[in-house]
Amino acid sequence: MKKCTDMLVKSVHEIALETVEMTLADAFITKEAAPGQFLHLLVDGHSLRRPISITDIDRNNETVTILFKKTGEGTRRLASLQPGSTVNAIGPAGNGFSYDSSIRTALLIGGGIGIPPLYCLGRELLQNGINVKAVLGFQTKQHVFYEEKFKMLGGTYVVTDDGSYGHKGFVTDGLDFAGHFDHYYSCGPIPMLRAVTNELTYRPGSISLEERLGCGIGACFACVIQTDNAGGYRKICSDGPVFAAGEVVL
Amino acid sequence: MTCLSVELPGLNLNNPVMPASGCFGFGREYSEFYALNKLGAVIMKAATGGERYGNQTPRVAETPSGMLNAIGLQNPGVDAIIANEVPFLEEQDVPVIANIAGSTVEEYDAVASAFNNVLSVKALELNISCPNVKEGGIQFGTDPRMAAEVTKKVKAASRLPVYVKLSPNTSNIVEMAKAVEAAGADGLSMINTITGMQLNLTTMRPVLANNTGGLSGNAIKPIAIRMIYEVKQHVSIPIIGMGGISNAEDVLEFLLAGASAVAVGTANFHNPYACPEIIENLPDILQQYGFASVKDAVGKGHD
Repeated sequence: MKKCTDMLVKSVHEIALETVEMTLADAFITKEAAPGQFLHLLVDGHSLRRPISITDIDRNNETVTILFKKTGEGTRRLASLQPGSTVNAIGPAGNGFSYDSSIRTALLIGGGIGIPPLYCLGRELLQNGINVKAVLGFQTKQHVFYEEKFKMLGGTYVVTDDGSYGHKGFVTDGLDFAGHFDHYYSCGPIPMLRAVTNELTYRPGSISLEERLGCGIGACFACVIQTDNAGGYRKICSDGPVFAAGEVVL
Repeated sequence: MTCLSVELPGLNLNNPVMPASGCFGFGREYSEFYALNKLGAVIMKAATGGERYGNQTPRVAETPSGMLNAIGLQNPGVDAIIANEVPFLEEQDVPVIANIAGSTVEEYDAVASAFNNVLSVKALELNISCPNVKEGGIQFGTDPRMAAEVTKKVKAASRLPVYVKLSPNTSNIVEMAKAVEAAGADGLSMINTITGMQLNLTTMRPVLANNTGGLSGNAIKPIAIRMIYEVKQHVSIPIIGMGGISNAEDVLEFLLAGASAVAVGTANFHNPYACPEIIENLPDILQQYGFASVKDAVGKGHD
């Protein structure tokens, strides 16, 4: 179930270069939310909503946390909201990550602003007795966020594109470090997901995709992705954003 | 009590507000937010003869007061729509209008005929104005002779009233309207989206994979009002008005211009409750401007 409602802004912090952490309160959305789902947020003066992944769920305080990058006017305006104001959200939207008891160790592989939903997932996996390791990729040292939080979940390997922090390279360069795992979960830009899935064909995995959305609920067919060359497709907003590796053509 | 009901060829509507084709799928998603029988009718996403995948992504881009889309008439094909989507709408107890598209007169004929045996479909909206598909009917929508030809063919093939959806991408909208009226159209739907483009400054390339897309939203409302106002003076068939409607005041403006009913498109993406909220506010707005019914307001913007 999802609904369209005003959420109360509890806090707003810039935690890395152009990267904003925002905590929002709503009892229903917090109760229903699962890792990998997103909020479809309305920004004043903009005709289309912004889909933002859920980074953390605090059921005791009835809040969810989101992380987003200020990439344009809409996200800058969103970042300017003050605690005490409200933001209209459709949520929790989309289908989140799934896991089962056959998984003993999970590898989280995130790139840039694709990292946030993996934190939420990592916490839930750990609570369910699944070991967690992470490989996180950022553009530069100034973009790094949540490293300490991921280290609390398990072994974490950080790479940056320019080598200004952690190891220089891409997330695929960190996969050897990971050692054994039973299932991987990855979120990031499409070229990264393509490289990761090509590298890890020997293990099952789940990927979460980003795309420009229209309605955000599956009605408008703006965000489809092909599953084959014969007309098969999935809607990212409502069938996804999480898919099994290999389910869609990247 | 303000009367919202509207009678149009084939359609007895409880109120004049319906979601526009392509912005509402086949209703399932919005039924999670409200009961669809609150709507005047549902206009389904366009049906073509066979399944269509549509264009590459990105398919949407935000613009000031609007959006561009180039979906490309993605749909599962008319037979799958009748088998899998219409039964759901039948359960919702709401009149259904089928939007039909094609690349040849023969395809329009086949799609129109397929709906003849579907009792819950009360009217056809003939889409000759999709700007995003080379063979998606726009060639019929910009040439009055071709528009008249496809209208005649569909009228002959169908047992249902036919509302022809006009494109604003034409130099003479009145000529188009008169041509399809003369060809037997029972009503008009206007306007479809306006061709536009947006470039990304970083990539220096169009944002949409299709390069061009159809502009919709508040930005196009004055264009829709102007075209409906002009057409109203030259045709006698009813007009379903659309283009940037987002509140009950907008609906009244369309009624005054000459529309008998309206469709709401892009506003659904902004606010999933857009249609029921407009319906709820409409009686007060009509009353505020001195109208006892929707019918009273139709065409009252003319001398």
